[in-house]
Amino acid sequence: MRRVATGLALSACLASAAAQFIGTTLQRRSGFDDMSPALQAMQRDDTQNPAWLWLKGGEKTFDADCARCHTNTQLRSVATRYPAFDSLLGKPVTLSGRINLCRQRHLQREPLAAESDELIGLETWLGWQARGLPIAPPADPRLAAARSKGENLYRSKFGQLDFSCAQCHDDNAGRRLAGSTITQAHPTGYPIYRLEWQGMGSLQRRLRGCMSAVRAEPFGFGSDELTALEMFLAQRAAGMPIETPAIRP
Amino acid sequence: MARSVIHMPATARPGDIIAVRVLVQHSMETGYRSNSVGEPLARDIIRRVECRFDGETVFAADLFPAIAANPSVAFYLRATRSGSLQVEWRGDAGFSHTDSARLQVG
Repeated sequence: MRRVATGLALSACLASAAAQFIGTTLQRRSGFDDMSPALQAMQRDDTQNPAWLWLKGGEKTFDADCARCHTNTQLRSVATRYPAFDSLLGKPVTLSGRINLCRQRHLQREPLAAESDELIGLETWLGWQARGLPIAPPADPRLAAARSKGENLYRSKFGQLDFSCAQCHDDNAGRRLAGSTITQAHPTGYPIYRLEWQGMGSLQRRLRGCMSAVRAEPFGFGSDELTALEMFLAQRAAGMPIETPAIRP
Repeated sequence: MARSVIHMPATARPGDIIAVRVLVQHSMETGYRSNSVGEPLARDIIRRVECRFDGETVFAADLFPAIAANPSVAFYLRATRSGSLQVEWRGDAGFSHTDSARLQVG
């Protein structure tokens, strides 16, 4: 009887572990691994990476505004942790959301517009500080509800084409969609310099792009839905090294 | 956002060959595209990049519409003396931008 009980407990354990890491039990691949050698070379060599324009701008903003309170060594691993819980708002916020909250609360300034060069610059600069560190979503229990909402969204079908994220990025990752390899959608390098955009953009811009591609109405920048998706993706990619600022095709 | 970035070593020994990479933020609109209502978008590109070392031109290039946004240009220099490298970008619609970096030789 005891053996049966142990067996049951063990299988329950395995099932929950499997549920937690669905789609990640296979070898996880960063989008970097699926790029052409030319693009990989462009990302490896910082002097060829156009993201430096934004990064240098972010550094300037940091020195002018943020350095009054923060040092870069102190903020080194910040980008690995977000989205994280904000107790004043009572909900999770993304890294760009945190930058804007900091501006409003401590500098009494207007928040920066989503995807503005200044905001992307700061986010890029923070991501670059964390380059090489593993993605480490916080174990805060207050985040659990939003994270499971994110997972539900990831597996829900959207738009006229009626596709879920999981159908492409779990079930068909590694296969091709027209000329492009479908990646496993691990957010390792955001903000990214995307050749298609000829500029930089955040993870939320990328998620919105995917939503338009399946002909759904995209969630708004900074919406709880996109934040929840970001949280699930960070959990799914936990432990993978940060590449910011990455190049993507 | 920085308008330009110059990547090159700050110091070199006499005779060293150094790589210089210059990057500038520019949309490089080709002039062959149209906007969402079908009106042609005017060409707006960088036409010329000139690099001078203490006033002496060491590298120059003409750019054309087929070049991507935020163009990156790379070239090599032989370091002989200390000085300042000045990079100038000129283009359509009166675009002009300069940036410089110091090189210490010795």
